[in-house]
Amino acid sequence: MSEKREIGGNGMAEKGTFAVKKGLAQMLKGGVIMDVTTPEQAKIAEEAGACAVMALERVPADIRAAGGVARMADPTVILKIMESVTIPVMAKCRIGHFVEAQILQELGIDYIDESEVLTPADEKFHVDKTLFRVPFVCGARNLGEALRRIGEGAAMIRTKGEPGTGNVVEAVRHMRQVAGEIRWLASLPKDELMTAAKELQAPYELVVEVAETGKLPVVNFAAGGIATPADAALMMQLGADGNFVGSGIFKSKDPLRRARAIVAATTYFDDPKVLAEVSRDLGEAMPGIDIKTLVPTERMQDRGW
Amino acid sequence: MGGKRRIGVLALQGAFLEHQQVLARLGCEAVRTRSADDLERIDALILPGGESTTIGRLLVDFRLGDLVREKARAGMPVFGTCAGMILLAKEIIDSGQYRLGLMDMAVRRNAFGRQVESFEADLSLRGIPRLVHGVFIRAPYAERIWGEAELLAELDGKIVAVKQHKLLAVAFHPELTNDLSVHEFFLSMI
Repeated sequence: MSEKREIGGNGMAEKGTFAVKKGLAQMLKGGVIMDVTTPEQAKIAEEAGACAVMALERVPADIRAAGGVARMADPTVILKIMESVTIPVMAKCRIGHFVEAQILQELGIDYIDESEVLTPADEKFHVDKTLFRVPFVCGARNLGEALRRIGEGAAMIRTKGEPGTGNVVEAVRHMRQVAGEIRWLASLPKDELMTAAKELQAPYELVVEVAETGKLPVVNFAAGGIATPADAALMMQLGADGNFVGSGIFKSKDPLRRARAIVAATTYFDDPKVLAEVSRDLGEAMPGIDIKTLVPTERMQDRGW
Repeated sequence: MGGKRRIGVLALQGAFLEHQQVLARLGCEAVRTRSADDLERIDALILPGGESTTIGRLLVDFRLGDLVREKARAGMPVFGTCAGMILLAKEIIDSGQYRLGLMDMAVRRNAFGRQVESFEADLSLRGIPRLVHGVFIRAPYAERIWGEAELLAELDGKIVAVKQHKLLAVAFHPELTNDLSVHEFFLSMI
């Protein structure tokens, strides 16, 4: 929800417009957003060249290991991280938990991730994101899901992937799925778009827009399982606008070195010479999980619709 | 200069594609710039919005910062938006972060506040006959300018556009709007 106020000389300034919500995501493009749990980690991320950090109590791998109900982080943790860096700070609320979102907006967070990494608070409805001045990013496995979230007001989309696994396979699946469905839409004549909207379960106006432009109306990052510079570059070559790296950095042996390498790989994603150089001597990556070994209730990507 | 003008857009991180699209609409050849070779091929350079600490880190790690500085000192026109304005400043208030340090100004980062304070507003910019639409995202402003720097625009008493010979810095994002006038203004400086 935007808010107007008068400013000296030139008339009006309007805050919280969709252009400024989407605009911050545009400024994050080509960058890496890193999960952090302490001010010290946030500073390492900033030093390494992160374009933003995600303030959490636990990274997804630890949330996965701990089980139980995962909720929004304690505001004290979030505020300490906000005070420690100058780059944007994001935080997660549970799917459908609009009061956690209200609290995060009140704290002055720069972006809210309505995230399947936390335990959903509502199995039917997501947050009405148009009611907020702070922008939202949401996860999506396919085009319909992405457009439903944008329809609810999300100003940025990311793949869901499978968080906390160190396994990029699901992020690849979701990125390819969205790209493939966009190519399909762009090939349709206009009189078939209503049926396409019905099949995608997506708002008609957004389906028309995607069919005309051949791209999502907002920035689309990769997330969920990215652990190496090669993973980051792979997602960029598949068309991601940037990368979220959750557990992959601070669950590895040498976080600063790995973080810098992933930042460089996201910028020089199509330059194998640079990729070969930055991939060397990084120490051990985080331990990975084969997605097939997860039982259905352990699959975070199936949360939300 | 024969043929199309070749304008580089520093493509390390941030909204560089948006600048490339504006340049294409203005009939320029937009060059994605992220290596020493790219820098040799261009007539002018745009430093896009993004995170100034991220772009600074990459300018250092890939040894491009010194090259850009040398070329700018030798007369290459440079236009910085938002993070680009920060990188152009000689002084960044309360920060020791990397900068190109080419313009006589002291810039404060996130000076209008965090994202919830980001806004859109019209402003007048000296040299452009009509109002310019500015999108300000966690935007900086110049607290002071001195020496050769010339004030082009203020908003609410804050300096949001500065020119110094062939260098131009604005705190907002003309590349996010359909208003091409600020880019046209920069091209007229080349």
